[in-house]
Amino acid sequence: MSDNGFDDIPGTILFDAERSRQGYHLNMFCMSLMSSDNRDTFRADERAYLARFPMTPEQQQSVLDRNWNRMLELGGNIYYTSKLAACDGLSFQNIAALMTGSTQEDYAKMMLEGGRSPEGNRSKSEWNRG
Amino acid sequence: MADLIAGVATSHVPAIGAAIDLGKTGEAYWQPLFRGFEPSKKWIADLKPDVVILVYNDHATAFSLEVIPTFALGCAAEFPPADEGWGARPVPVVKGHPELAWHMAQSLILDEFDMTIVNKMEVDHGLTVPLSLMFGQPDAWPVQVIPLCVNVVQYPPPTGHRCYMLGKAIRKAVESFDRNLRVVIFGTGGMSHQLQGPRAGLINRAFDTEFLDKFTTDPQSLVRLPHLDYVREAGSEGIEMVMWLIMRGALADDAKEVYRFYHVPASNTAVGHLILENPGLPQRRLAATEQQMSNPAVDAREEVVNHVVAQ
Repeated sequence: MSDNGFDDIPGTILFDAERSRQGYHLNMFCMSLMSSDNRDTFRADERAYLARFPMTPEQQQSVLDRNWNRMLELGGNIYYTSKLAACDGLSFQNIAALMTGSTQEDYAKMMLEGGRSPEGNRSKSEWNRG
Repeated sequence: MADLIAGVATSHVPAIGAAIDLGKTGEAYWQPLFRGFEPSKKWIADLKPDVVILVYNDHATAFSLEVIPTFALGCAAEFPPADEGWGARPVPVVKGHPELAWHMAQSLILDEFDMTIVNKMEVDHGLTVPLSLMFGQPDAWPVQVIPLCVNVVQYPPPTGHRCYMLGKAIRKAVESFDRNLRVVIFGTGGMSHQLQGPRAGLINRAFDTEFLDKFTTDPQSLVRLPHLDYVREAGSEGIEMVMWLIMRGALADDAKEVYRFYHVPASNTAVGHLILENPGLPQRRLAATEQQMSNPAVDAREEVVNHVVAQ
């Protein structure tokens, strides 16, 4: 992934083959939350439920911490982690705000004002200057 | 012979479906968006297509990482709306068109597009939100629908060029079907948006505008756009726009844009919408459509600008 350009896009975690292999069980855990019975079991004892899936300790911890960016770095995909968010009663916009380190109010305001501009957000070199 | 007469491009943001289902379309946040689709609802009600080929992506609903088809064609008689984790949308069951779908599958595979044939599939917001935007809230959908699911979740998705060429093969398949059917193709998803990571919330109005400008009259300049450009310029989920190119490929080179709408935001997303008509539609309808369309389109664009400025 180092020489194809995607790695230079700041704040963006591409769900490529390597992450998909790494994150398979993390994502399939999230997928299991499509069933309301599974959601109830998970809520009752998160650690016990997570132990059913052969995830790494880091992946399990990222789920317990609800560290949404870390889950993506460890192979999670947003359409899967959003199922965990839905289980927690959070919307796509809620977790987007969390992943950007913004408050809900500030994030919603940014979107109403036209969203995050691509200016200054195309290359990691632009994020590292400050 | 079946006729492919028109194309519709539209975003398929789940929050739009929720707004419709919860009766929020009149709220200040949503009203400008839904107003932008009013002319489209009139247009399609007047056009009365028999079948919609609906190009969309499944969002880890019917498919998971267990099976990841690049192009999957729904050949079933019906497709139930899926429970995506908060209950199924209260929308009618989607009725398929198995005869045309199977004919398409055969034609496309012999044309060297290796389609996955799907006989059992629930459909998520990617398919049902465009139907709601175009047809409102009927007791039964007034068209039969052939779902065409494209992988844009697992990298790499198909290239824009592959999508465009698939569109051309779809047109050939439809027009070799020996039944009188009026077929419209929807290309859905986009426009610029990024749902994930610290750069979430990216919107690129300039990129979207250029895409809309070139889409009808100069699609060749879009089909070779690399995935990297979509992701960098239009956000990680902006890559969905390759699905629009299937719709474009399925229409004639000289298809005509009859309506355009663009609005920011719907949740995290820039909403783009186009209607294209193939030549050969009765001139009367086309003229009437243009008359109906032109003013609302301008109003809608002004509305968008005003809306953004006012906030």
